[in-house]
Amino acid sequence: MSDTVADENEIVLEVDHLRVQARSDAGPGPVLVDDISFTLRRGEVIGLIGESGAGKTTIGLAVLGYTRNGCAIEGGRIIFRGRDILTLSPAERRALRGPGVAYIAQSAAASFNPAMTLFEQVCEIPVRHGLMSPAAAREVAIGLFRELDLPDPENFGRRYPHQVSGGQLQRAMAAMAMAARPDILIFDEPTTALDVTTQVEVLAAFRKLIHEHHTAAIYITHDLAVVAQIADDIMVLRHGKMVEHGTAEQILQAPRAEYTRRLVAERVAGHGFIDRAAAEPPLLTISNVVASYASLARVIDGVSLEVRRGDTLAVVGESGSGKSTLARVITGLLPREAGEIRFRGELLPPALAQRTREQKRLVQMIYQMPDVALNPHQTLLDIIGRPIAFYFNRPKAEIRSRVLELLRMMDLPESFIDRTPGELSGGQKQRVGIARALAAEPDLIICDEVTSALDQLVGEEILRLLKRLQEELGIAYLFITHDLGVVKRIANKVTVMLKGQMVASGETETVFAPPFHPYTELLLSSVPEMRSDWLDEVLQRRSTA
Amino acid sequence: MRALIAQRLALGFLTLFGASVLIFAGTEILPGDLASALLQNNATEENLAVMRQELGLDRPAVVRYAEWFGGALHGNLGKSLATERPVADDLAPRLRNTLFLAIYSAAIAVPLAILLGLLAAVWQGSLFDRAVNTITLMTISVPEYLVGYLLMKYISVQLGWLPTLANVTEETAIGERFYLTLLPMLTLVLVVIAHMMRMTRASVLAIMASPYIEMAFLKGIPKWVVVVRHAFPNALAPVISVVALNLAYLIVGVVVVESVFVYPGLGQLMVDAVSKHDVPVVQACGLLFASAFIVLNMLADIAAILANPRLRHPR
Repeated sequence: MSDTVADENEIVLEVDHLRVQARSDAGPGPVLVDDISFTLRRGEVIGLIGESGAGKTTIGLAVLGYTRNGCAIEGGRIIFRGRDILTLSPAERRALRGPGVAYIAQSAAASFNPAMTLFEQVCEIPVRHGLMSPAAAREVAIGLFRELDLPDPENFGRRYPHQVSGGQLQRAMAAMAMAARPDILIFDEPTTALDVTTQVEVLAAFRKLIHEHHTAAIYITHDLAVVAQIADDIMVLRHGKMVEHGTAEQILQAPRAEYTRRLVAERVAGHGFIDRAAAEPPLLTISNVVASYASLARVIDGVSLEVRRGDTLAVVGESGSGKSTLARVITGLLPREAGEIRFRGELLPPALAQRTREQKRLVQMIYQMPDVALNPHQTLLDIIGRPIAFYFNRPKAEIRSRVLELLRMMDLPESFIDRTPGELSGGQKQRVGIARALAAEPDLIICDEVTSALDQLVGEEILRLLKRLQEELGIAYLFITHDLGVVKRIANKVTVMLKGQMVASGETETVFAPPFHPYTELLLSSVPEMRSDWLDEVLQRRSTA
Repeated sequence: MRALIAQRLALGFLTLFGASVLIFAGTEILPGDLASALLQNNATEENLAVMRQELGLDRPAVVRYAEWFGGALHGNLGKSLATERPVADDLAPRLRNTLFLAIYSAAIAVPLAILLGLLAAVWQGSLFDRAVNTITLMTISVPEYLVGYLLMKYISVQLGWLPTLANVTEETAIGERFYLTLLPMLTLVLVVIAHMMRMTRASVLAIMASPYIEMAFLKGIPKWVVVVRHAFPNALAPVISVVALNLAYLIVGVVVVESVFVYPGLGQLMVDAVSKHDVPVVQACGLLFASAFIVLNMLADIAAILANPRLRHPR
């Protein structure tokens, strides 16, 4: 479509007092997006930033004239190249989707049809809209694959989605969106599901694509540092309302709204979990542990660690590095094949079933997804009371008072005791997960990506809570995470894992300071920083190196 | 993938073996044996003993089973007691008739069920959707003999459009055959269509909730293309297994419909054989029915494996 246009600075999109509301049979529901206005010129990128529930995706979809089930656009105008898309017929809206406005979703793995080849899916927009012949669309697809640095561009499209890596699939989705040269691209958290090192490549590919085709784009993310690399303007959203709107520089350097200031400050601030562990005897000692899943290659290969009372040991690595498997091996869910795991000097049997109740009690776990880790049909009394009953065999009244005490420690209201997890927010559920782990009065808690399913500021509160509990109770944490920002702030020790092996281990200041292990350096340099020239610098450094 | 398919094949043969043991054991524990059935009123103790020795019935059951199953694998199913001809000769025309009716019904029912299921999914919640759901639920809830008699009453007797009986013979010409079996075919179609149609609708609708379907809509793909190209291929596996179950039913479960229309199929033969204590024929029919069931389900499993792109195109 854009080929027919001469005006370089044409306003392609004007969103004017947009209002989207949920609807049910009972009547209108909550307002999801309220009074949002912005304009977008050709070649311009606007970043929409906010936590979950901020309405970012709803705005992105509304630009396509689309709302998810149970929602409706109730007010405002969305003017796409002079026409209000809300007044278009369903057929005209359909014609707009793809050739006019194209969408790039968060999870490429879920957004590609597993039963169709990449060529079929990438060529679908131009072919189905009658813009190109299948052969011409294929040529365009090959060109885009080449532009996006995909391997073997001629044949890449013959593959099925499960045959390519996550980062490649995410770039293939960008090719799919670009296939009919749309006027506007909507990126909806397109790098959130990727590892940091992959994120850098994908971000660079997206930026190149936008610049070379002079396409307008809306970039939706919760990560201010990511959006800073790609957006000209940034709009900060919260609860469906605009908090602040300005140039990327202004938002990062001189945020006006208090909420934006907190978002910006979070990345910078450190907590520094206190290091008083040096003098303590070792709590958990792991030496040369090897483990694998049936029929697979080794997932853990010769890992050795030591955790003392009051320690926070971070285990970092990308997906597939074996860090979550390590947690399963320590808890005995996956029996180790070789090596030793000692707790307070006592050798732990490999399998959970062989361990004594006391051995089980001393190591507890907090999970990534509080939604899945808590039984939705049990009350908090059942959930938190269960380990108390199991490990300490206390009378009912005592269990109840202990649960109340734990709720107070978690800064949760006592009235929650009879509620079920469904009535709680994500951060509150994670606090319940922590309370359940603490109920067993363990010496060590394994935290498996405990903040990655939470919003930034909520995750921040959970980290603060964990730190306070450590100061009060002297618990040790084994902190599994892919977020190096978190590691720098909370861990006194760190172990970097790559493909099941340890590549670096030691005090955080030592591991994260030169001389680095090359992989540690790659990981560290891939964490986006809150300045708009970060991506350029990284790319330049890597091309010269 | 080859390993998976080989595993399915091996399991199929194992199941067939198990079924043959059950069939043999089943006829073995029936009161009265072949000898007493043959001798009937002359069954004195001596006569029985002599007859048993002649028939080899005094040998252990395991030996007789091995002989029977081994013979069956080579196509030798023994001799019928009633006609004293090889069982295979009696069976063959009946099997042809049964397969004819089954394929005739399936050729109509399977495409129709899938089409109706897809349309019901596209127009979910519409009048069409509700009508198709209600009607097919009714036809599956009414016993098949009643469906048969109702069709007979209205279409044959009152309207006089079609013959009431499907009494085909060896000599019946092919065109005539289609005409004569139209009514039993319709009955069977009505009985099997609901299950397949509902499974198609349900599995397509389950897939319609996936992110890649939303993505297809966001690409501006028309709804029917989304359903047929994007959703249906991913919904195939459960549909295939339900289709296989119904095909098996068309071969194995049509005894009642055959009786209603006096159609000389395998089911009728088996019912007759049971009443005449014709054990070799009963065993042969049982083995054939079991094989049909096992082979169709095995084919469904293999088709489901082939329909999975992850297995068809490994990394």
